[in-house]
Amino acid sequence: MTTITMRVNGKDVSAPAEGNTLLVNFLREDLKLTGTHVGCDTSQCGACVVHVNGVAVKSCTMFAEDAAGAEVSTIEGMANADGSLGTIQQAFQDYHGLQCGFCTPGMVMIAADLLRSNPTPSEQEIRDHLEGNICRCTGYHNIVKAIQAASGQDVSAVAAE
Amino acid sequence: MYAFDFVKAASVEEAVSALASGEAQALGGGQTLIPTLKARLADPGTLISLAHIDSLKFVRAGDGMVEIGGGTTHATVAAETAQTYPGLADLAGRIGDPSVRNRGTIGGSLANNDPSACYPAAALGSGATIVTNSREIAADDFFEGMFATSLEEGEIVTAVKFPIPEKSHYEKMAQPASRFPLVAVFVAKFADGVRVAVTGASNDGVFRWAEAEKALSADFSVAAVQELKHSDDDMIADLHGTAAYRAHLIGVMTRRAVAQMV
Repeated sequence: MTTITMRVNGKDVSAPAEGNTLLVNFLREDLKLTGTHVGCDTSQCGACVVHVNGVAVKSCTMFAEDAAGAEVSTIEGMANADGSLGTIQQAFQDYHGLQCGFCTPGMVMIAADLLRSNPTPSEQEIRDHLEGNICRCTGYHNIVKAIQAASGQDVSAVAAE
Repeated sequence: MYAFDFVKAASVEEAVSALASGEAQALGGGQTLIPTLKARLADPGTLISLAHIDSLKFVRAGDGMVEIGGGTTHATVAAETAQTYPGLADLAGRIGDPSVRNRGTIGGSLANNDPSACYPAAALGSGATIVTNSREIAADDFFEGMFATSLEEGEIVTAVKFPIPEKSHYEKMAQPASRFPLVAVFVAKFADGVRVAVTGASNDGVFRWAEAEKALSADFSVAAVQELKHSDDDMIADLHGTAAYRAHLIGVMTRRAVAQMV
């Protein structure tokens, strides 16, 4: 056991963990931040996406030890300070960007990752960036619309409807 | 996963000495190794993380070459070679998905030599040189078949030197579930000839298509390879495609790549 320390959603946290502890299990089981989900556990689905030092990673495919000392952001850090929904979260609600909701934490985090580097992405750029995030309800159109809305763009022109 | 000790190496020397002791395994970005560990297909006593060795993370261009540190992520390669070697940047920017590209490294991908990985095609197609902690290896001598390379036990890929071609293009038929190439072809046109590297197709892993190289070096046009067919001997056959289908795709991907370059 090693004590692992990192900064999660702006707070310094630490907990003891075995060498083979994945970042997602450290977040969920040791820090009790269960908003980050484990969908497939094989790097396919993206329900576990969090940000490490400012970029999206699949937290089921990274060891907690490799995130020691890093700045980590999870879905729990996406709300506004007063507890109201953040811009991307609100857009997902407004445009019905979720059905069962299981993939939503990863979808919101990958959307935030995209909008940070590309504040007004095209529909194709949004779909490309969602390549590693699977919605098993297949609700992709509304997820794309939500991300367009969150970026302040017109959502009337989504293709394939 | 089986239990193991986790060691974060601070330097290449430290990693090499840690790898020399017993059942230790190097960990790059982990985008292949971690799923392998989860499936209990590997049981290293110690995992040596290379992710914190700053000297393995760089992209440098000059003298007609791009040199990339072995610990550089696909996302960084895509961003930092866009001006100097756009064919390579395009390939790196389409590996896996955005989250995978933020962790996976060029050194890890080349050392693993997955028969369907993208980077081996770029390295072989460019005539790159793979630099390790102890020597330099030409790409033509590096890849030795499916998941096999000329790396010795405990040897680490520290950098890759890519000669920059006049033009290049990577054409990939992605397998939609895994996002690995079903078949992909990297074509690079240099002043002294054309190199064509194929990934995803052969049971021997990445390889050069000599007939296409000869035809394109004589006449760089789609017409030069229009009638060329690759044999289906020893092509991968699985539920995603037969050997004949993969052999056919080699021709199609080659022609599409050349069409993007002329």
